[in-house]
Amino acid sequence: MVADLFPNGQTAEFPGGPAISVRNLRVNYGEREILHGINFEVKPGETLVILGGSGSGKSTLLRTLVGLERPTGGEIWIGGKDFAALSEAERDELRKKMGMSFQGGALFGSSTVGENVALPLREHTRLDNSTIEIIVRLKLNQVGLSGFENYMPAQLSGGMKKRAAIARALAMDPEILFFDEPSAGLDPIIAAGIDELILKLKRAFQITIVIVTHELASAFLIADRMVLIDKGNVVADGTPQQLRESQQPRVRQFLDRVPEPELTGEIDYLQMLTGDTPPQRQ
Amino acid sequence: MALKEAIGEATINGLAYVGGLARLVGSSAKAICIEPLRGHRFRVSRAVHQAMSIGVEALPIVSLISFFIGTILALQGAYELRKLGAMQLIATAVAVSMTRELGPLMTAIVVIGRSGSAFAAEIGTMKVNEEIDALETMALEPVHFLVAPKFLAMIVMMPCLTTWADSLGVLGGAAFGVTSAGFTWGSYLQASLKALILRDIITGLIKSVMFGLVITAVGCQEGLSTGLGAEEVGRSTTSAVVKSIFLVVVVDLIFTAIFYFTATK
Repeated sequence: MVADLFPNGQTAEFPGGPAISVRNLRVNYGEREILHGINFEVKPGETLVILGGSGSGKSTLLRTLVGLERPTGGEIWIGGKDFAALSEAERDELRKKMGMSFQGGALFGSSTVGENVALPLREHTRLDNSTIEIIVRLKLNQVGLSGFENYMPAQLSGGMKKRAAIARALAMDPEILFFDEPSAGLDPIIAAGIDELILKLKRAFQITIVIVTHELASAFLIADRMVLIDKGNVVADGTPQQLRESQQPRVRQFLDRVPEPELTGEIDYLQMLTGDTPPQRQ
Repeated sequence: MALKEAIGEATINGLAYVGGLARLVGSSAKAICIEPLRGHRFRVSRAVHQAMSIGVEALPIVSLISFFIGTILALQGAYELRKLGAMQLIATAVAVSMTRELGPLMTAIVVIGRSGSAFAAEIGTMKVNEEIDALETMALEPVHFLVAPKFLAMIVMMPCLTTWADSLGVLGGAAFGVTSAGFTWGSYLQASLKALILRDIITGLIKSVMFGLVITAVGCQEGLSTGLGAEEVGRSTTSAVVKSIFLVVVVDLIFTAIFYFTATK
């Protein structure tokens, strides 16, 4: 087992250890296996984009990486520890070093933007109020939301909500940032603004970033490396350039935006759901 | 055959549900009593905020309902007591019924309608918006953060509301007594106080705390187990109210029986 050889998550290439190392990860929803043995690594300071279509399992993968789902098999090494095998308390310690930005922002609707960003600081640190206020203003400034401390989330536009969510994820100065579909539902200009923000954070803080998305334009702009997930398996793993040049059919289909072949009946539909190859058709 | 199995399965599911509620109570108790000793602050301010909406904001409606219930009790009692020529016992009848049973029960019903449904809707909406997930990823335990303050607020507010309801029920009875049964306000209140023994009041208050625990547990449990979508939030809220009412009555039966069988004399 790879884990036995390198118990601290270190490998020969990364003597400092990769930031995240996923080995043979399997995740089930009830009886159905969604992820069938995923393997990949993220170097410290690297930006990894996890690409995949709907139903590919990429959201499940992200949720498992941050501990919202328990894997049924395999390991997730973060910060030198197998995340999946830790106790709740140890996981919480590790979570304080991670920040997550959810698809809809997931801001607490009954608190102001400032209170949202301040929450992790109030709960996990013993900083006094004035220091927390300064940090909140700083974080909001970093995401371009200066002056919006007293707004309620409902008063913000979609793009602003995402920025506020990112500010909250940055509150504790995390070592790893996770993004779930950062550009989803945003018009191209606002989405480009979010991409710019992520690039800015990358350059300024050199944090490890993991982004799950299906927006190709954003992905190729931001990623240092990409992983393409299809039906619960890793289909491609490499730099954006390598993926662009790949000749694998599933990769080409995804990148060239080729629609699925026309389904002619329920048998085809079932086969598509279960992942069996549909019968050849012209 | 199918009926037996259906009953069996329903019983097991019911017991599992109650077990889940008990776990919620246990985790909250741990959050309030034990975690602060381990350095995880418990924010009393959140509980105070909840107490405002559970208790203070419920006062108008609880007052009105209890007053009317008191009058209704007096009217109903008068029907029979009139025949026995024992109208002076009206004060006793109302006072004892309110403090032992109707004060706690009607207060619980009002609180279910106001707060039980609100808990389910609030937490359910948070679940749909991934706010519960967000709490977890920030290493904040949702039960500690959202549910425990509600329990604390409820435990404090239910006895207060119930005592207030009892008092207003007596006043409602007095309204009848003074207008139609030959009492004066003073004599009615005196008769009520004479009729009450401490046990009546204490058993009523114990019941009210138990009701409070049930209401909070069911409301929060339904909220936390909401599925995705607005329709689900509506379903959770309805489910919370219905299950709370049922469980409150069951708990009422259990405790009334306990108090009956442990009564000396």
